[in-house]
Amino acid sequence: MNAASRFRDAPGAAPRSLRLMLDGVPVLARPGESVAAALLAHSGGATRQTPVTGAGRAPYCMMGVCFDCLVTIDGHPNVQACMVSAREGMVIQRQIGARRLGDQP
Amino acid sequence: MSADLVIIGAGPAGMAAARVAAEGGLSVTLLDEQERAGGQIYRNVGAVAGRGWLGADYARGGALVQGLDHPGITHQPRATVWRIDARRGVIWSRDGQSHVSPAAHVLIATGAQERPVPFPGWTLPGLMPAGAAQILMKQSGMVPDEAILSGAGPLLYLVAAQMIAAGAPPVALVETPTAITHALPKLPRALFGLPTLIKGLGLIARIRAAGIPWYRGAADFRAETTEDGRIRFDFTTGKQSHSLTCGLLLTHLGVIPQSHLTRSMGLAHEYDAEQGAWRPTLDPWGQSSEPHVFVAGDGGGIGGAEAARAKGALAALAILHQAGKLDAAGRDRRAAPLRRALSRALSLRPFLDAAYSVPSAFLAPPDETIVCRCEEVTAGSIRKAACTGAEGLRLMRTSLRTGMGPCQGRMCETTVIGLIAEATDRPASTLGPGRIRTPVKPVTLAEIAALGPQPEETT
Repeated sequence: MNAASRFRDAPGAAPRSLRLMLDGVPVLARPGESVAAALLAHSGGATRQTPVTGAGRAPYCMMGVCFDCLVTIDGHPNVQACMVSAREGMVIQRQIGARRLGDQP
Repeated sequence: MSADLVIIGAGPAGMAAARVAAEGGLSVTLLDEQERAGGQIYRNVGAVAGRGWLGADYARGGALVQGLDHPGITHQPRATVWRIDARRGVIWSRDGQSHVSPAAHVLIATGAQERPVPFPGWTLPGLMPAGAAQILMKQSGMVPDEAILSGAGPLLYLVAAQMIAAGAPPVALVETPTAITHALPKLPRALFGLPTLIKGLGLIARIRAAGIPWYRGAADFRAETTEDGRIRFDFTTGKQSHSLTCGLLLTHLGVIPQSHLTRSMGLAHEYDAEQGAWRPTLDPWGQSSEPHVFVAGDGGGIGGAEAARAKGALAALAILHQAGKLDAAGRDRRAAPLRRALSRALSLRPFLDAAYSVPSAFLAPPDETIVCRCEEVTAGSIRKAACTGAEGLRLMRTSLRTGMGPCQGRMCETTVIGLIAEATDRPASTLGPGRIRTPVKPVTLAEIAALGPQPEETT
């Protein structure tokens, strides 16, 4: 899960000034980028395990189509991380398997 | 929140249409899923400074975004449309709350998605579409590190050139068979798109000059994770086998219209054999089979950003005429230069469609390939089901759950159609389009309930 990121910063990229928490570990994010982008910059590993076989998946399409980037954000399950902008203090959890009914806060 | 015109999608088509309609006197609500206008092609263009490495075409989108600064236009960002209701209007969600925008006219400009590129291993972390990497470059200033670009199509060359300019060149370009010779008869018309053609050749020259290893005629894709979390990419060219290792494997085989909204409304659709995709049936103004519903941009058939801009403006002129704000003569006069621009923008398309057609192994991939990423259904089980009676999309859905996960078939439908076509020896055009039901994006029951009863239930 802690594989090195598969991306590097482009020339002139802004500093990562926001701090998010992913399963208790700090993740840095750039203002204006999506949560999925911050997760991909943090690690090249899986951000969830599928409900059917438990296979590891990571953000894929980055435009709201594939739903592979589902995470829990501030207690809300099944949020598309690629469609949400990173904000200071966000608490993110990887999803291991399916959410249960009633997980909504 | 009532408006004369509700536009869905703030890419080149939606932005161009919003400006023309607002200048013509209509009140316009522009709904878009993203934080900033621009669509995928001009993603984040209003906010990015000093990223010259993305190129001049990208910067052109800035003028369209500035055009939204008009008192007649209300831009609603982060708005996800999940239903268009004939009686109530356009229903959309933001931050867990749904809203209804009643509208006399609707323009759907939802653009394209990347065509799924299924092969064994395409679901692993470390594989992404090339367009997704481009979104990360535009929005986050992130560039792929030690990546391989694979597949076919002009976007691969553009992404490669952008990566080279950003100082992170791809480790290899692995191109599936192209049919340039086969496409040559379409070249005379393509010459009307000469500037674009020259731009493409320039990209290819830059990739060559950078010395990027370039494999042509590649097939039999397979990806695996190595012990240290990298990706091993196996493929063949002719009789030769290759095995490369990379940090990120980017794939691309062109784009297809996003037609979930138009299909969910029950609009008429047709199969475009050259582009291998379903699209709504439209008249030359973008009018659909519902008179007050128009479609513009790649969502109505792939044409690219310049074509989308012209189509958006053409649809807005037709809507102004329909609303009684512009007579037929004025509409036609203003349409003439737009039609010329559209014709120029589309002149290259038949050549590109023929040159970069999709290899059949990606329409009907090997048995072990996961086809439906959500429900994790393999090509092998789909083939088996197709041979034992599940000879259509709906039957496949009920027997194997393909397309019933959160993506609602966006990532598997083209492949499921390809596999059934192969197994039953029928053309893809007889196997779709799949029936799409609302909500076209997931919303909670609580959110739907909070909207209150349907109008007809209150009377």
